[in-house]
Amino acid sequence: MSSQLVDRVLTKDIKMNAKRKLNGNEQFFLVFKYFSLVILAIIAALPIYIMVINSVKGITGVTQSAAFVPPTHLNFDAWGPVWEQMKVPMGRTAFFVIQSSIISAIIGSINGYVFAKWKFKGSTFIFTTFLFGMFIPYQAIMIPLTQFNQWAHLGGSIYVLVFAHVIYGIPICTLIFRNYYAGIPNELIEAARVDGAGMVRIFRTIILPLSIPGFVVVLIWQFTSAWNDFLFAIFLTGGSPNLAVATTALNFITGSGNQVYYGNNMTASLIVSIPTLLVYMFLGRYFLRGLLSGSLKG
Amino acid sequence: MTRVRVVSELSYLEVFRILKGESPVASTTKKHVQSPWGGFVFVLPSILAMAVFVYGMIGWTLKISFSHLNSSDSTDNSFAGLKNYRDLFQDSDFTHAFSNLLKFTGVFLIGTLISGLIMALLLEKGIKGEGFFRSIYLYPMAISFIAMGTSWRWLMDSARDKDGTGLNSIFHMAHLDFLQNDWYTSERGAMFAIALPAIWQMSGYVMALFLAGFRGIPDDLREAARVDGASEYKIYRHILFPQLKPTFLTVLIILGHISMKVFDLIYGIASKSYVTKVLAIYMWQVIFDIQDFAKGSAIAIIILLCIAVVVIPYLAYVNKTEEMK
Repeated sequence: MSSQLVDRVLTKDIKMNAKRKLNGNEQFFLVFKYFSLVILAIIAALPIYIMVINSVKGITGVTQSAAFVPPTHLNFDAWGPVWEQMKVPMGRTAFFVIQSSIISAIIGSINGYVFAKWKFKGSTFIFTTFLFGMFIPYQAIMIPLTQFNQWAHLGGSIYVLVFAHVIYGIPICTLIFRNYYAGIPNELIEAARVDGAGMVRIFRTIILPLSIPGFVVVLIWQFTSAWNDFLFAIFLTGGSPNLAVATTALNFITGSGNQVYYGNNMTASLIVSIPTLLVYMFLGRYFLRGLLSGSLKG
Repeated sequence: MTRVRVVSELSYLEVFRILKGESPVASTTKKHVQSPWGGFVFVLPSILAMAVFVYGMIGWTLKISFSHLNSSDSTDNSFAGLKNYRDLFQDSDFTHAFSNLLKFTGVFLIGTLISGLIMALLLEKGIKGEGFFRSIYLYPMAISFIAMGTSWRWLMDSARDKDGTGLNSIFHMAHLDFLQNDWYTSERGAMFAIALPAIWQMSGYVMALFLAGFRGIPDDLREAARVDGASEYKIYRHILFPQLKPTFLTVLIILGHISMKVFDLIYGIASKSYVTKVLAIYMWQVIFDIQDFAKGSAIAIIILLCIAVVVIPYLAYVNKTEEMK
């Protein structure tokens, strides 16, 4: 189960080097290990480092030759105008992402509960057909979806994105909750049944109170993927400025033709990334759990 | 050997039972609560949604790909057979995008697998500061490609020497001038360059999957091998890696399907540039710029087929092991 997987990843303590004197070979190896880890960390951090330092050099203070050099003093001049440009699309994104994540989580928990604990004939097969929906390239449904969008007159509002993220989030949300509920012992449910509780009542009184970590995982997953989504946004809103969301607005700022204003571009990219980065920093454990759940086998 | 593995597969609830002195067997013989219709009713809305919006719409795309809807004003819905597919294989833009995609997939798969595995190997035994390194390796998964594109465009700027920015200027300062190159704008190496951000983004994920794999292997196995005098290399080669086969399979499937549909990552850096065009970008152009829906649908179906040939057997395998439980 994914929660156990995460525990495996997160809770290996330093048994190997526990207060034992290392011999020369082992010492050398340890230094080599740290050296490699630090090099990899520098490479991994480089893109975000560039973004951060160049966003505080002001609008004109950003020069290509000093791209890697930290600023001598902090200058937030670029932040004001960029925020003016980005606040409406980002607010709009927050508005739809919060709704789509909550709806997805509710649907996922109901589906997961049934697929884990109330299996019916053919339920494993149906679940597998759901999972296929996780792997499909959205290009393969995009043309009918835009047609449906026009037909149902969803195109004029941001709810088209709520709709898309809820529908195409069903597979992953169901999977995460199913894996999560599989870890709850069946005896608990059987005992409740003996006491006369039905499916809905068991869900309400036993399963839901135990589901908070599962909800956090799914909410974070849906939040991050919908916030960062570009494909649905660009197809379903048709690039209309009235429906610009974080990624499409950012692409409008940083897209080709505007590449001279480095300070602005870096700042805008950073501002758009801040919400998901904050979630990652504070709830990384749940983020990781969502990632590992996506790997099916746990 | 087999006994050790069985123990490792116990859930923590079963371990609690053992700790309390009870037999763990009671909960391993799972009797599933059977209810003929109750559960079905609750998942029915989702089943319908999947049937319409996943399978139905794939069918609809397939239908368009077999039609004459080759321009925005065309209403000719009649059956065109494989015409659009035949046209695609005559279309040099398509074959170019397809071979680019294969190149990208090769570089991306190998690069991500190796770097993720190295990260996992470095951390696998537990080391001080592990949490810090893990967080840094994994954060790229939390940021959108469109945002990271800004940084990467700069890092991979093609200006050189004194005018150089990004990686070229680093190489210049380090007197490694031979490493300077045109990155994603070069004619021959563009797909290699554009795979770098993808590798950067996914390595942490692969690391996490491998870490989970390594830590699922009971320590006793290593200890036993060590007592028998096996070298560290031999332990990895003959004991640990064979145990990681399922993890390798999972990693390959995940990376492979992500690679086949890659879109935002390339679009965010190189937009619609010819040298980095892949199927998803070409499809976007065909739909929006040329408005050839039939051809666009055919491209989409080809992407889908490439993924399906790998994913369907995998899901069948997962399904089978699931039912055996």
